[in-house]
Amino acid sequence: MRVPLGWLREYCDPDLDVRGIEERLTMTGTKVEAIHHYGVREPERFVVGRVLTCERHPDADRLSVCTVDLGCAAPDGPATIVCGAPNVAAGQTVAVACPGAVMPDGTKIKRAKLRGVASAGMILAERELAIGDGREGIIVLDELLRDGQIAGGQLPAPGTPLAQVLPLADEVVELEITPNRPDCLGVYGVARELHAATGAPLTPAPWQQDPGSGGPLRAAPDTGSAAGVPDAGAPSTGAPPAVVQVECPDLCPRFTARVFENVTLGQSPPWLKARLSAAGQRPINNVVDITNYVMLATAQPLHAFDLDRVAGARLTVRRADDGEQVQTLDGQTRTLDEQMVVIEDAEGPTSIAGLMGGARSEVGEGTTRVLLEVATWDGPNIHRTGWALGLRSEASARFEKGLAPAQCDYAQALATRLLIDLCGATVLAGTIDLTSPEADVEQLPSPHVPLREARVHAILGVPVPRARQREILHALDFQTQDSDDGLDVTVPPLRRADITREADLIEEVARIDGLEKLPATLPPRRPAGRLAPTQRLRRRAVDALVGRGLYETVGWTFTAPATLAQLRLAPTDPRRAGAVALENPLSEEHALLRTTLLGSLLDSAAHNAARGQRDLGLFEVGTVFASRPQPRPPDPTSSEPFTRVFGPDRGPLGVAGVHEHRALGVLLSGRVTPATWQAPDPPRADLYAVKGILEALGDALRVPLDYRPAAGSADGDATDRAHEEEHLHPFLHPGRAAAVFAGEQPIGWLGELHPFVAGWELDGAAVAEIDLDRLIAAAEEGVQARRYRDLISFPALRQDIAVILPVEVPAAAAIAVVCDAAGKLLHEARVFDVYSGPQVGEGRRSLALALSYRAPDRTLADTDVAPVRERILTALREQLGGELRG
Amino acid sequence: MTERIEQLRAEAQSAILAAAGGEALEELRVRYLGRKAELPQILRGVRELAPAERGAVGKAANEARQELEALIAQRAAQLAEDQLVRSLRDERLDVTLPGAPPQPVGRLHVLTATWRELEDIFVGLGFTVLEGPEVETVHYNFDALNHSPTHPARARTDTFYVAEDVVLRTHTSPMQIRAMEAHPPPLYVVIPGRVYRPDSDATHTPQFHQVEGLAVDTDITLADLKGTLLAFARAVFGEDRDVRLRPHFFPFTEPSVEVDVSCFHCSGNGFLADGARCYLCKGEGWLEVLGAGEVDPNVYAHIPTSERNEPGYDPERVQGFAWGMGIERIAMLKHGIPDLRLYYENDLRFLEQFG
Repeated sequence: MRVPLGWLREYCDPDLDVRGIEERLTMTGTKVEAIHHYGVREPERFVVGRVLTCERHPDADRLSVCTVDLGCAAPDGPATIVCGAPNVAAGQTVAVACPGAVMPDGTKIKRAKLRGVASAGMILAERELAIGDGREGIIVLDELLRDGQIAGGQLPAPGTPLAQVLPLADEVVELEITPNRPDCLGVYGVARELHAATGAPLTPAPWQQDPGSGGPLRAAPDTGSAAGVPDAGAPSTGAPPAVVQVECPDLCPRFTARVFENVTLGQSPPWLKARLSAAGQRPINNVVDITNYVMLATAQPLHAFDLDRVAGARLTVRRADDGEQVQTLDGQTRTLDEQMVVIEDAEGPTSIAGLMGGARSEVGEGTTRVLLEVATWDGPNIHRTGWALGLRSEASARFEKGLAPAQCDYAQALATRLLIDLCGATVLAGTIDLTSPEADVEQLPSPHVPLREARVHAILGVPVPRARQREILHALDFQTQDSDDGLDVTVPPLRRADITREADLIEEVARIDGLEKLPATLPPRRPAGRLAPTQRLRRRAVDALVGRGLYETVGWTFTAPATLAQLRLAPTDPRRAGAVALENPLSEEHALLRTTLLGSLLDSAAHNAARGQRDLGLFEVGTVFASRPQPRPPDPTSSEPFTRVFGPDRGPLGVAGVHEHRALGVLLSGRVTPATWQAPDPPRADLYAVKGILEALGDALRVPLDYRPAAGSADGDATDRAHEEEHLHPFLHPGRAAAVFAGEQPIGWLGELHPFVAGWELDGAAVAEIDLDRLIAAAEEGVQARRYRDLISFPALRQDIAVILPVEVPAAAAIAVVCDAAGKLLHEARVFDVYSGPQVGEGRRSLALALSYRAPDRTLADTDVAPVRERILTALREQLGGELRG
Repeated sequence: MTERIEQLRAEAQSAILAAAGGEALEELRVRYLGRKAELPQILRGVRELAPAERGAVGKAANEARQELEALIAQRAAQLAEDQLVRSLRDERLDVTLPGAPPQPVGRLHVLTATWRELEDIFVGLGFTVLEGPEVETVHYNFDALNHSPTHPARARTDTFYVAEDVVLRTHTSPMQIRAMEAHPPPLYVVIPGRVYRPDSDATHTPQFHQVEGLAVDTDITLADLKGTLLAFARAVFGEDRDVRLRPHFFPFTEPSVEVDVSCFHCSGNGFLADGARCYLCKGEGWLEVLGAGEVDPNVYAHIPTSERNEPGYDPERVQGFAWGMGIERIAMLKHGIPDLRLYYENDLRFLEQFG
């Protein structure tokens, strides 16, 4: 909302400069977003002049050479000024910019020769002063005087500062108005705030004197009053001049209309044009300008119809038909639905209520009779309609906030006065006033709200004396009566939607009294704050990955159906079929909620690869979503009460069948470490690289992770298409993919990206995704079970064995057999070397195992472990066909 | 005889001290102390000397031998050490070459780093950290937070819908309700998380992150809110910062305020030392950082009393404050990040600068 300061000061003029006003408004809740200067910056070089002579320029048909008396502004005698306006003539009193003047657009006026004639200044047009652009040619002050548009009613003498005659400059404050204060979308509402915030007096509201009248609308009496004021007693002739019908009072709580005759359409006076221009509205003609001006003053939008162009002189407010098409003022055809409201006359819709008028009944050339509509529309419905149609205006921005029905009266009163004063109009007696019972303020009891003095203190933390509370509320147009423990407050009509409870009044008191007075204290009793164990573990997990050299990324929650297809997920795959769709996505690209982090990781990787950054180690932690008929059963291991707050038995998981969990995704691509002078060609990321990352993660959290060939990928024929389709993770290389388990619980997958995954320009990638919630739950369990073990008093005994096994035997199977056979002395067994080649024969490979034995109560000797070693070798031979490598 | 011994001793001593290497030293040892050398022969011949001479010559020869042996050992050690020092000098490395193998250092995303920083500050102030679901019901996202049934924020222009009564949460505030439903007062919680609104332009992304705060007890005032947020502002933006509360409007707080922090770039002056207008606060001296207020009584009225939160949230008996701040906004201010889109592009050249 742009408020010209001169206009604001007409209603409330505190002894403050624009910065002072900014500070007071901002600190009481009407934030000044910006301060603009409107018009000329230095008015000193702008004066009134009188054209003494005016001759055709000797060398230019369209230019005139004038001598202009500038009075004391040019003491050496009349100035010669070349003027290009067609309407300049000797004898006119005009507006002149002297040399040195700076125009609103920044142009500096200089002495110059125009086609050989020296010109010392410029005779001004309205456009050049940024007042308006309606009038052709220069401003002729004699004409303004004739039209009653010069204050004082006297022609100013040459040399008079122009600022005394025309509005040359103003400061404009741009305000942020909160949605609960639609009353402040009018200058007078802001003036009331300024009054309360500064204590400066407030003038009576500009709508206080209403030259119009209520009661049924009547046609003009035969002997019309020339004064423009209706003679309520005069008899009316014939039918009412206009009829209005509201078919949807739920969406149109109030509709008022007055009829004006003898309207003289023309230019608005400079002061009005200047105010509109400064407030950001383009002056059009006096009737339209008045509707805009009144809207800016009262916050209530109005619409003027040319009554002679309203077919049948009848307006009907109704819901549109579904699919109904209307051509609006901007020439566009718009398709409506049945929640939208149209205003139609006998020939059909003329406008979309609250949003845009129709061309047919627009006020313009030849208008003499005006029907002035001032209505209250349902705010949310205007908001919805405006959005659906892509229409928004100063008017709709006000309507959508939900205006008070009482504002219709204010706008009618002020507009009536201005139409009479500025357009010479006659207002017909009566007002069409269709008010739904709910909106009829007169019928409602005045709301009273009690305000306890002690409560103000308790909420704010500082006392505000009752007298000060009273003073503040009165300044804001509330009425008060003293009660036992405070005040009994009556709420003014414009604030009834906003102020209904004591808390609302406390806010009024607090904001005007000054929040800057509040001390800064801390709550007196604060518990020990902490992160939950799960939250600490999650940080540990992330830190472990960062410690391994990975960069954390943050991707979009949204994904595209095409992305899921590019990941080769089958249409029936729960990660595709079960994706949660938005009903109102911003775009197809953002139509679904992601079911995996893989898409966003690939996006991040591709973004970097396209910029030459091809060696990538990325991870992301984020929520993934799936619609599931059966939510996951409650996790009994979680000790953290807060994680249970939104358990599956409550909240959206149950309500909508949307399941969400935190996932952790990893993507490696290119070289796993930077090339260096020692290792100029480091290995490229593969399954083992990403597995190493997960092992570090599991180790950091002390969760033993188990890796099994992803179902359907380890055995069978890789070229078998049917088999390929059964692949659990179709985006992974069928032979280089693993399912990840924590104990017997599946928690994720890892592998190399399937070469058929298209759409991301990457030279291969190794990827993994883990259900982080499950991993953390497993880790939390481990943390709680952790007890000290004595690994220090007695050393371990280490032995290596190398065993030759058929190549199909997974290393994990060999380790399992070893552990099973060894018994309790074996502390750890791990693979430290793998060899295949001629020495071990075709179809076989050698696994070198490091075995570590220990006993809790003694140092082991070779003789202690010799029988264990024998058992291990026997088991390997008998169960896996393994033989000791010599 | 003793003169001869002394002569030999002196001769050998200077030769040993001058020996340039192990071989030369060994030669000298053989020459002066070897089986056939003169000094050992003198020692062996002592018995044959006259008794009067025997003692003096034996003693002198023996001392000379011991002295020379020690000298040779000493000189040998010295030579070995010299040798080692020389070879160490030859082992010199170029310390300016990169370490190997390289130990790559990863980075937290700046949003996570900021998220943690905020969590830690509020944990230090006595708050517990909660998180909540991103898919929410209309009930928790709007109804229970005192949004009127026709509130524009509910419109499909302003909220992503998953179903008629299910949305992507537009703020972290729904967890205020869930937390109060699950726990009796006093309650001090912060709720970081991802939220969603259908805006996409230079200053809006359809997803972003907030940190919600909620403190409810019997006597928590607006002044306590100011103190809590002052502590936050100083922790994040520096010890000299100040905060100001500006009245504002939110459906679920009353009174509602916006909280500005004095600009850390121009120290709240609005202008820099050279007179230029501060680009960060645009000359205002203040940076708008978050929205807050005292919890609206209507919000408490939406909390059903249950066994879990007994004795419940009676607005006549409890009061407190809540706030919501944007993590992106704070990171932008703190680090001078010019464009929201940078957060979600994940360009390495961006990521490596933070965390």
